[in-house]
Amino acid sequence: MHDRVIPIGTVLLAIFVLWYVFTVVLNAPFERDQAARADTELSTIELISNTMVQKRPILPAPHQVAVEIWETTVEKKITSKRSLVYHTWVTLSSTLLGFAMGTVLGILLAVGIVHSRVLDKSLMPWIITSQTIPILAIAPMVIVVLNAIGISGLLPKAVISMYLSFFPVAVGMVKGFRSPEVMHLDLMHTYNASRSQVFWKLRWPASVPFLFTSMKVAVAISLVGAIVGELPTGASAGLGARLLSGSYYGQTIQIWSALIAASLLAAFLVMMVDIIGRSVTKRMGMAA
Amino acid sequence: MNLTWIFAALTFWIATWAINQMLARQQFSDKTVQTGIDVFIPILFGAALLVLWEGLCRGFNVPPVLLPPPSMIWERITNSLDILWADFQQTYLKAVLAGYVMGCGSGFIAAIIVDRIPFLRKGLLPVGNLVAALPIVGMAPIMVMWFGFDWPSKAAVVVIMTFFPMLVNTVAGLAASGHIERDLMHTYASNYMQRLMKLRLPAAMPFIFNALKINSTLALIGAIVAEFFGTPIVGMGFRISTEVGRMNVDMVWAEIFVAALAGSLSYGLIALLERAVTFWHPSYRS
Repeated sequence: MHDRVIPIGTVLLAIFVLWYVFTVVLNAPFERDQAARADTELSTIELISNTMVQKRPILPAPHQVAVEIWETTVEKKITSKRSLVYHTWVTLSSTLLGFAMGTVLGILLAVGIVHSRVLDKSLMPWIITSQTIPILAIAPMVIVVLNAIGISGLLPKAVISMYLSFFPVAVGMVKGFRSPEVMHLDLMHTYNASRSQVFWKLRWPASVPFLFTSMKVAVAISLVGAIVGELPTGASAGLGARLLSGSYYGQTIQIWSALIAASLLAAFLVMMVDIIGRSVTKRMGMAA
Repeated sequence: MNLTWIFAALTFWIATWAINQMLARQQFSDKTVQTGIDVFIPILFGAALLVLWEGLCRGFNVPPVLLPPPSMIWERITNSLDILWADFQQTYLKAVLAGYVMGCGSGFIAAIIVDRIPFLRKGLLPVGNLVAALPIVGMAPIMVMWFGFDWPSKAAVVVIMTFFPMLVNTVAGLAASGHIERDLMHTYASNYMQRLMKLRLPAAMPFIFNALKINSTLALIGAIVAEFFGTPIVGMGFRISTEVGRMNVDMVWAEIFVAALAGSLSYGLIALLERAVTFWHPSYRS
């Protein structure tokens, strides 16, 4: 653990420094342009400090984004439409709903595939094909169509998250349900175990590590689904809506703060699944 | 409500299910027949789905604005081939291909450098793993601001989306060769380049192809989503978002069909290439 802190810290610091360098380089032409129009000369120090405080920079400096995040989280009421917490919550709720639905669907499909030869042969190729279709491209239509038949709000976004997140779970769980060794299956056979007993006492427990590994992928991808699902809804609420309205009005600082919030949310969700997974496998006596 | 359509579709569904049930149970001794059957079963299943879709749409008189039947979508595809081709050119041939090649290429080169320097491997890899899980599609509006409305901004989104999966997978792949093989190379007094070219890169190929496969879908998604944030008046993402607004759902489905076809074909092409390159891998030896 300790020998990793220094390298990771160095890389993060390098990213930070590079960010500042790029801020200066990308924002400088605008400042030079302004100075030329005002017929003034800028010293290098002035130029650099000016690039850090622009209102609509091409690339905002890290501290500008940090200030924006601070102002929109701590200093605004949570119920306010300008609060980042409120938008994050909107996105989080549809992510979690879609993630839950996708996980259940994935597990059900895997159960069907493992227990039926026909489903295995006919469904599996289509499950793989379904993921080569860029669902995120279809997202706006799913939302508009569901809106037209009176379903709006949380559910349409959750459907997109579900479509994205069921795949890793289904594939991982098919692998997991098939992970018991032949010896274990033979043992169950000598016990005269029924199919459901084999499933609940052997296949299900054996697949738990696979479940959590694929759930980590699924939760990250369902956040992406929720964000993209918010793009066509007219930009009312959610992190995706913040991105869209930010890009309409050229508010780069707003875009970056939404991006950072989304990244923190993704890291948090993956970490939570990881922690839950670890404690569950530990309680089951499978911890390495 | 038109019961004949529903009834016909359901009968077809049950009939194909029964045929599939029968075919799946049988074991054929001839290998080519068995592969043929294995391909035939999912195709029959897909055909049954299409017939069910068509039948239910007509049977329940679903308004085409909600869900057009497959026949109507096909008609639209054949009628507007020129628009579809122009969109495909803009989105796929320009943005996706350029971004894919640059993203995968730079990820690969970065991986080789990272692998050479242990300090970077320790520091950059956890960060790369984290970034690979982040919603990078969100970078799309920024890229559109930086690189303009035309295809370079879309290619840029594709580059960032494909870079990290390639980096992470290639680094993992370069570590995949076994101790015994590396010791053998050592006894041959091989230098770094020889070890890389003759042992470690071939051993990394399954991982690299895994990344190429993941990236082929990511690239298409990235390019299409980036078009939602601003584009010239051509492109698949542009067409989807405007035609949805005009309630021309059949045109949207036609674009989806093209996207699905392009996605599946590129995935299949990479899978074929993988088979040719990693023929030695256990999963391809029978």
